[in-house]
Amino acid sequence: MAEQTAKRQINVPLMSDFAARGEEPEVLFWVGCAGAFDDRYKRVTRAFVRILEHVGVKYAVLGMEETCTGDPAKRAGNEFLFQMQAMQNITTFEGYNVKKIVTACPHCFNTIKNEYPALGGNYEVIHHSTFLQQLIDEGRVKLEGGEAYKGRRITFHDSCYLGRANNIYEAPRAVLEALDADLVEMKRSKANGLCCGAGGAQMWKEPEPGKKDVNIERTEEALATLDGNAEALARIQGKESGNEGATPTPKPNDQGSIIAVGCPFCMTMMADGVKNKERENNVQVFDLAELVASAEGLNA
Amino acid sequence: MGEFAYSRTTDIVQPKNLSSEKGKFVRHNEYFSVPPIPLYPVTIQNIIFLLVVLAGFGLFAWQVRKIRANISHGRDRDMSGDVGERLKKTLLVAFGQQKMFKRITPALLHLIVYVGFLVINIEVIEIVIDGLFNTHRILGFTGGFYNVLVATNEVLSALVIVAVIAFWWRRNRSEPVRRFRGTEMRAWPKLDANLILYIEAALMLALFLMNTADLKLHQVENAYLPGVYPISGFLTGLLPDNAATLLVLERIGWWVHIVGILLFLNYLPSSKHFHIIMAFPNVYFSRLMPQGQFSNVDSITHEVKAMMDPTYQVPTPPASEGAEAAPTTFGAKDVNDLAWTNLLHAYSCTECGRCTSVCPANLTGKLLSPRKIIMDTRDRMEEKYNSPLIFNPALYGPAAKHEPQEQLDKENHTLLRGYVTPEELWACTTCNACVEACPVNINPLESIIEMRRFLVLEESAAPNSLNVMFSNIENNGAPWAFSPSDRFNWADELYVAEK
Repeated sequence: MAEQTAKRQINVPLMSDFAARGEEPEVLFWVGCAGAFDDRYKRVTRAFVRILEHVGVKYAVLGMEETCTGDPAKRAGNEFLFQMQAMQNITTFEGYNVKKIVTACPHCFNTIKNEYPALGGNYEVIHHSTFLQQLIDEGRVKLEGGEAYKGRRITFHDSCYLGRANNIYEAPRAVLEALDADLVEMKRSKANGLCCGAGGAQMWKEPEPGKKDVNIERTEEALATLDGNAEALARIQGKESGNEGATPTPKPNDQGSIIAVGCPFCMTMMADGVKNKERENNVQVFDLAELVASAEGLNA
Repeated sequence: MGEFAYSRTTDIVQPKNLSSEKGKFVRHNEYFSVPPIPLYPVTIQNIIFLLVVLAGFGLFAWQVRKIRANISHGRDRDMSGDVGERLKKTLLVAFGQQKMFKRITPALLHLIVYVGFLVINIEVIEIVIDGLFNTHRILGFTGGFYNVLVATNEVLSALVIVAVIAFWWRRNRSEPVRRFRGTEMRAWPKLDANLILYIEAALMLALFLMNTADLKLHQVENAYLPGVYPISGFLTGLLPDNAATLLVLERIGWWVHIVGILLFLNYLPSSKHFHIIMAFPNVYFSRLMPQGQFSNVDSITHEVKAMMDPTYQVPTPPASEGAEAAPTTFGAKDVNDLAWTNLLHAYSCTECGRCTSVCPANLTGKLLSPRKIIMDTRDRMEEKYNSPLIFNPALYGPAAKHEPQEQLDKENHTLLRGYVTPEELWACTTCNACVEACPVNINPLESIIEMRRFLVLEESAAPNSLNVMFSNIENNGAPWAFSPSDRFNWADELYVAEK
């Protein structure tokens, strides 16, 4: 397939390039540290850029001018370091007259959107799930010409900083529904979603002693949901949460099931969980942007 | 006070004269058309009642003042404004019980007790008037309304007893509901929970004794009693036919009910049951911003701005009389370092444990329990400031509250380390599940973050791996040890399929 399709190299535009020409892009794509450094999440960044290029959005990135938003420092209690980072970024944004920011990281999204205003930074900030939903709604992405997800079993893991923190539950689901996949909901979803275990700076430390790691608990729930394993679902803790729908019936799924995420930390935690449960052979963890880019046939 | 000097015997006699005039006037209107006070001379019983009521409310006000003083030790936080939005929230979450309905069974049981509490309070107004002015069922003049009121009251009281039994069962069966267990549910919190249920059941039984005896008394005297009694009507057979005995039983029911309510009122400030009052201000003063938004520390903002721009002028806070200087410590070491709203939370918590039951750290066996953080805050406040309470929880011994943990610092006995250990705080994923779960909008996360801030900014006591993360951000601009010059490498060799 790759041979027949023409491919084009992307020179990812920088804010400084636009500024040099005296222009401004429509939107700044905030890549985030995970999107820039984490090997797995770099693929998400690249998928999202393919989508931006494909639909012809006038976007740019900060490249090496980007620095940590300060989110992990703030969650860990280091307010001083957070504000130093935030002020530095706000100064950069001011220099480029940034008004609109899109990012694939819910933590960056939450921090820039909700916590920068107190320090003088006010922007329109959107998470890539909302951005992708808009592209689909506008018909600019048709989800045709690539991999078919029709009928494949997908469950979406809500990330805390997108869901409870900012009440975004429908956009990622709308994107997945557009794939015409077999979408199944975990018992603990949306406002009752269970954390992957990486928030609040847990990503950078060992968990405290306990019975289990949080990501294992969550992965077990995701796997049981995808498998339609009622017995395993009943065993999962927190069964009091109530109001859950009927348990899906098991069905053979040769192509394998998918845990969809919209957050780099959730990606790491869920992928580790799947590995821990030795299910990599038939369960994959993908970000929304990866699914869209692959369904649209943009990978080259 | 002679044998039947109590005027309610004349009540019973009086309506007999009315039957002859039936048809001329609506009977109950006629009955109560005479102003009650001049007719019924105040007796010693009314004076005793007045003193009991005054003592009951006076003592309650005294306790509330002490709790108010405790809460005011918290840091200032401006919660004024947004009145419309706050009232709407109070209406939905507090009055409307919106968040309770995430779990349908306890929500329905709770709704019965809650509505019962509201409706029965109307009858308490009647009891107080009757008790002060020697009237009997003063609201009877409202006729149809009174019938509905009394009937609703009876049905609700019966349902409350059913709900109380169900609640008791959920807590005391061999394997209780999971959230009623846990390290913080020691002797006193458990006893408190059961005491509330016993008192509620006793109050309802007293109400039925009062109604049934009253109804039967009027039956044997062939007298008219305002109101409709769907439950007591079935119970009259259980009582003797002797009028004098019935009158005594009715009086016992009446006194036990009203004195019981006054005692219960004064028990509230010592109990988790205080939530029936505090839930309302707590919801009204809850946060309106997105859950993901953590508070900004303004004093740090001034410092950072001054560092980046030497000409920056730190605004002087408006000097008010007797105001202390801006807080000199960052974060919270003790209860007075928390915002007053966080202290209000502690008095609004009914220890239901919905927060802890959804906490990812707690679910996977870590020490952290958001409920414990809130309960610790209340315990510490009462240890440090006023224990306004008749029932001082400390009387039950420290082990009755929480099992002392080995890591607790006895020397520096503050909220942090004296009650809450760093291990609990560092287990939090800041996922907001506890905040979302709380039916009265308590926010344990704010307190956790304030204590983390103290650990990091005042004591540099973060876990070592987090210190590594901090220095990575400082040196590389990323929480991992990557070179900033590699930040744009992801864009190398990037292709898109042309369609």
